[in-house]
Amino acid sequence: MILDIITSGLINGSVYALLAIGFSLIFGAARIVNLAHTAFYMVASYCIYYGTHKMGIHPVLAMLVAIILVTLVGLICYKLFINPIREHEAAVLIATIALAMAMQEIMLLIFTGDFLSVPSLVKGYLEIIGVKIAYQQLLTIGVALVILAGVWALLKKTRLGLAIRSTADDREVANLMGMNESRVAMITMGVSVGLAAFAGAVVVPLAVVNPHMWMHPLIMMLAVVVLGGLGSLKGSFAGAYILGFAESLVVFLIPLGAFLKGSVALCIMILVLVIRPEGLFGVAFEEER
Amino acid sequence: MKKNSFFLSILLVLLLVMAVTPAAWGAKAIKIGVIGPMNFVQGKGHWNGATMAAEEINAKGGLWVGKKKMKVELVKADSNEFLSVTDATNAMELLLTRHKVDFIVGGFRTEAVLAMQDMAMDYKKIFIGCGAATDEICTRVAKDYNTYKYWFRQTPINSTFLGNTSFIHLGTVGAIMKKYLNIPKIKTAVVAEKAEWTEGVVKASQAVLPKMGMEVVGVWRPSAVATDVTAELSAIQRSGAHMIFNWFSASVGITFARQAGELKIPAARVGINVEAQKDGFWEATQGMGNYGMTLNTYARGVEFNELTAPFMNRYIERFGETPTYTADTYGAIIYSLAPTIEEAETLNSDKIVAILENREFAVPAGRLAFIKDAQGRHLHDVKWGPGYITALGVQWQDGELKGVWPNRWVAAKGAPEITYKGIVPYKIAPWIIEKYKK
Repeated sequence: MILDIITSGLINGSVYALLAIGFSLIFGAARIVNLAHTAFYMVASYCIYYGTHKMGIHPVLAMLVAIILVTLVGLICYKLFINPIREHEAAVLIATIALAMAMQEIMLLIFTGDFLSVPSLVKGYLEIIGVKIAYQQLLTIGVALVILAGVWALLKKTRLGLAIRSTADDREVANLMGMNESRVAMITMGVSVGLAAFAGAVVVPLAVVNPHMWMHPLIMMLAVVVLGGLGSLKGSFAGAYILGFAESLVVFLIPLGAFLKGSVALCIMILVLVIRPEGLFGVAFEEER
Repeated sequence: MKKNSFFLSILLVLLLVMAVTPAAWGAKAIKIGVIGPMNFVQGKGHWNGATMAAEEINAKGGLWVGKKKMKVELVKADSNEFLSVTDATNAMELLLTRHKVDFIVGGFRTEAVLAMQDMAMDYKKIFIGCGAATDEICTRVAKDYNTYKYWFRQTPINSTFLGNTSFIHLGTVGAIMKKYLNIPKIKTAVVAEKAEWTEGVVKASQAVLPKMGMEVVGVWRPSAVATDVTAELSAIQRSGAHMIFNWFSASVGITFARQAGELKIPAARVGINVEAQKDGFWEATQGMGNYGMTLNTYARGVEFNELTAPFMNRYIERFGETPTYTADTYGAIIYSLAPTIEEAETLNSDKIVAILENREFAVPAGRLAFIKDAQGRHLHDVKWGPGYITALGVQWQDGELKGVWPNRWVAAKGAPEITYKGIVPYKIAPWIIEKYKK
């Protein structure tokens, strides 16, 4: 059973990590709480569905097109709805949730509320000591690790990363040093939405595509980032796996209460916040910056 | 003068038209409100079935209401009841007050239907339910007949009967597994989404399965919208279950079937999976839902009586998909309402209720009669059993939803065997055979 819990926790955690990284990035760098983050993931899922089922293109190509399209949509949304009100955090919260609802309704109008799906990139499963793991799930774990490494490299090893970190650190000083802070925020938004779309591309074969598929991940993602420390990539990653393992423990130890796995995860978040309000890596992140 | 002649000519033409169409002149249409979640499969079924019924009636010139022939006019109301019960009551309010409909058909989600039922009863409008299964909706009729007598259930059979039928399905497949795989005692995992409608069946499963000679190895209750159930599936496999008795009405039904198929969990899935009743299930699970069995109302090629095939064929031809049970709005209009209106010779709800509650008639899903409770009070609920509505056991077999039950079913000792035309044998998934065949 221990092996079951470990593998199941790793899978759950990786899915949450994939979603939380992009959200954490835009908050950490531009202080934008983008509640429409998982809605972009939902739109990407529909794009992939449309590409594979309606246009008959290869899933990988559909995923690439979806990532590009959704990133563009994200940038347009940023320019039109978020940038003008960026200074007002509460307004951004309301605008992004409204944006998410609008995207949900548009998808509902176009695709109706039918449950849809897209094919797995890799079919079949691997059996390790009696535990079956689908290849697609293994892929998710791998991709989550690669993405984290990629985002870390972007932030630490590139000029763009330096600019993002600088503006995150102190916007005014970054401006005085000649950086176009607004452009940096927009690029960061692009990267963040791109990551949401990428997460959609990897996770969607494991999920059921429907217009409301963004809501549950949003709650879990918020729990992950708050648990890990708002804006901390490292924290998000750790938080994702903590909640992933917590969910697995619930399913295996209390089968009759399997539906409580989400609630238990949220309770852990509250507990951590009571003991450590800045989250697990909140302070470390401040030091990092 | 020329101008006067022109107007006189128009007046004469109008008078002529009115003279040759006396029945239509002055006759308002019979307005039937069709209420359901129109952006979802269930609501589409409601609307499609009703549309087909209205088209057929109107093609014949309408219905005789006394000496007047009246056409049927449908009013579409999107209840959005999956997301908001308030939206559902608003939609019902519109039907009753703005559109002033004569009858209502549809409804799906219990919580919404209970609220909509109260509203329709307030206006003394006949509301024929085509979706919600909870017993309570009909026990209200028995408890307060004068208030709730305008409610009738057309489909599905109620929750108790659905439960009974599912246990019969489980026993049937268990017997097949025992016989062909030489399993001495069937171990069963009960998996039910966390929802009100599954509470009773979970308790019943734990009590009844041991009496059926089966061992319950565990009960799992995932969320109705869970997007990952691999942990549950791993635990089920560890438990050594030969069968999974599942109860799903929401998206978890797709997730569960897909992941169980992908991981080739060696346990036969039987029970109720609402998503598996739809044509789109095969695509939604990417074919991984193969060999899953669920209770259902219709299956292509299966005939309950002489009305099934014409209805199925017309529906498939018109809408390109197999009807789900919510499409029984067709039967609600064509077989329940229409003949009763003609017999009553009025649209008066009380007179129609008095006739309809005592009628027994064929519908595409069997023979419909309305039952009474133990005290002889009207329930306006669907009669279940041989010769009436039994529902089907259907199984996904390589991309096709096949009817597999009743197949030589004997309802009681001495009763005749029942096999509907078009029923095929149940198939055990190859990976289950591989695992247990000795």
